[in-house]
Amino acid sequence: MLLTAFPMVASLYLAFTDYDLFHDPSWIGLQNFRDLFADSRFWTSARVTAIYVLVGTPIKLAAALAVAMLLNMKHRGQGAYRSIFYAPSLIGASVSIAIVWKAMFIDDGIVDRIAQVFGAPAGGWVGDPSKTMPMFILLATWTFGAPMVIFLAGLKQVPAELYEAAAVDGAGPARKFWRITIPMLSPVLFFNLLLETIGAFQVFGSAFIISGGTGGPADSTLFYTLYLYIKGFAQFDMGYASAMAWVLVIVVGVITTILFKTSNAWVHYSGDNR
Amino acid sequence: MSAHTSTPQTQSLSNQAAAALPPGAGGAGGHDPNGEAAKAARRGAARRRKGLKALGFHAVMLAATVVVLYPGVWMLTSSFKPTNEIIGNISLWSDNMSVDNFATALSGIGGVGFWTFFTNSMILAIASVVGVTLSASVSAYAFARINFPGRGVFFAIMIGTLLLPFHVVIIPQYVMFNQFGMVNTFIPLLAPKFLAAEAFFVFLMVQFMRNLPRELDEAARIDGCGHTRIFASIMLPLMRPAIITSSIFAFIWSWNDFLGPLLYLKKPDLYSLPIALRLYVDQTSVSDYGAQMAMAVLALVPVMIFFILFQRYIVDGVATQGLKG
Repeated sequence: MLLTAFPMVASLYLAFTDYDLFHDPSWIGLQNFRDLFADSRFWTSARVTAIYVLVGTPIKLAAALAVAMLLNMKHRGQGAYRSIFYAPSLIGASVSIAIVWKAMFIDDGIVDRIAQVFGAPAGGWVGDPSKTMPMFILLATWTFGAPMVIFLAGLKQVPAELYEAAAVDGAGPARKFWRITIPMLSPVLFFNLLLETIGAFQVFGSAFIISGGTGGPADSTLFYTLYLYIKGFAQFDMGYASAMAWVLVIVVGVITTILFKTSNAWVHYSGDNR
Repeated sequence: MSAHTSTPQTQSLSNQAAAALPPGAGGAGGHDPNGEAAKAARRGAARRRKGLKALGFHAVMLAATVVVLYPGVWMLTSSFKPTNEIIGNISLWSDNMSVDNFATALSGIGGVGFWTFFTNSMILAIASVVGVTLSASVSAYAFARINFPGRGVFFAIMIGTLLLPFHVVIIPQYVMFNQFGMVNTFIPLLAPKFLAAEAFFVFLMVQFMRNLPRELDEAARIDGCGHTRIFASIMLPLMRPAIITSSIFAFIWSWNDFLGPLLYLKKPDLYSLPIALRLYVDQTSVSDYGAQMAMAVLALVPVMIFFILFQRYIVDGVATQGLKG
């Protein structure tokens, strides 16, 4: 608690100062924030992260839900499939996987060759600013295992009688999905959405490794956290980086609040207390 | 296959509906004129359809398995290939497989051997497990069982830090540890673990402890036990599953952690594996993919061993503890 609460306050103070770690911080009021909003790289990093969160999270959750529904069917070998699909979640953020990803998506790499078979122009994804984001979203999607496991636990709670009753009433698979699965799963969906959104804001290691710590090419992988690191720990502009951190806190806070508020409208809790 | 998939939708639906009804309720509808033979035929067809469905299911799942496992398997086999056969080589096999890459990787970088990095990572991970287990279980006991003033507020703050981007604390923490002269020690990486700053684990254990029957500690209290005794002799043994789950995750997260060591460990002989790996990539960027792959594989071995040994705990931990959020 000491290690969190005190730094929070210290960070808020630093956000209003000019501090380079070697000289005492000097109070400069809102200057950091003014500089921030005039900084085009700041906006680039915000855009990169926003796209990653807004596009990557829904794709990952959709994949997780689809596979969870397959795993919820009565077949042999479900335990094995579940473990295999979960494994990438444990290592997806590791440096090792970032290296593998880079090697797969580089010029003349596997992905490049396969894409050429399907008529795509030659060229790796790592060096092409328009393709780096899809590469990161694929990496995020590859780690769909963690939300999948949570979805699966939720699916097992849905009473089978509901589907049986719906079938008797003549409901097709699509109708069952939208009218039973989604409403019954909405608390889990909400939980996953919250968790994955917050997680997506914090992606760092893989971006650092794949771009060599620069956010390149052409700042296309300049994730917010990476820019914060560059500002704070490569350029030692700690006041500026603290201001960035607080902007992130406020944005994530607002999004969390919105998610919670809107959840009243679409999250359905069954009568029994969960 | 097409002959079977052309089965009218309506029939399969009514079959499902029939399956939904309890056995013996078949005649309740009043018009079920099927004789024994027709019933058997239908059962046979149903079984065949079920077999085909299972076949289709496994085809889909196996395809997904191949896609999911491919990057990992490719990394593993590439680590045995010569460097010039790695990039762009979709095949998982080469005629020139050897362990040369591993020899290169194990020789280390910048005069520091691989096992130094490995030992550093291991020390950090094991100390993290000890720290998390001790501090999180004690603070969880306080939150779950002791009525101290401000408990609600503290608990709310702790949950808040779960949702908070950790970037807001790294700068002041760095400034603080820098002033204490603790950069280039393991202390900044381990202190949060020993001081229960890792809210996730505290939360996990609080949730678990709340489900343990209070009668146990009340009985112990009547027998004259204090909090220390109740915690050590009653709570800790009962919390084994929660402790195992959090130990596994504490280990794996520490093992994979990149940002912490990147900030605090600046001397090569203190590097943990991920940082060493990064240095390796920077130094050998174009030349030695083979050794990179070998080192990447070596860095993942402990995590994979953990996963294989404890997959039940890991997957169930995510499913159950995750849900309680």
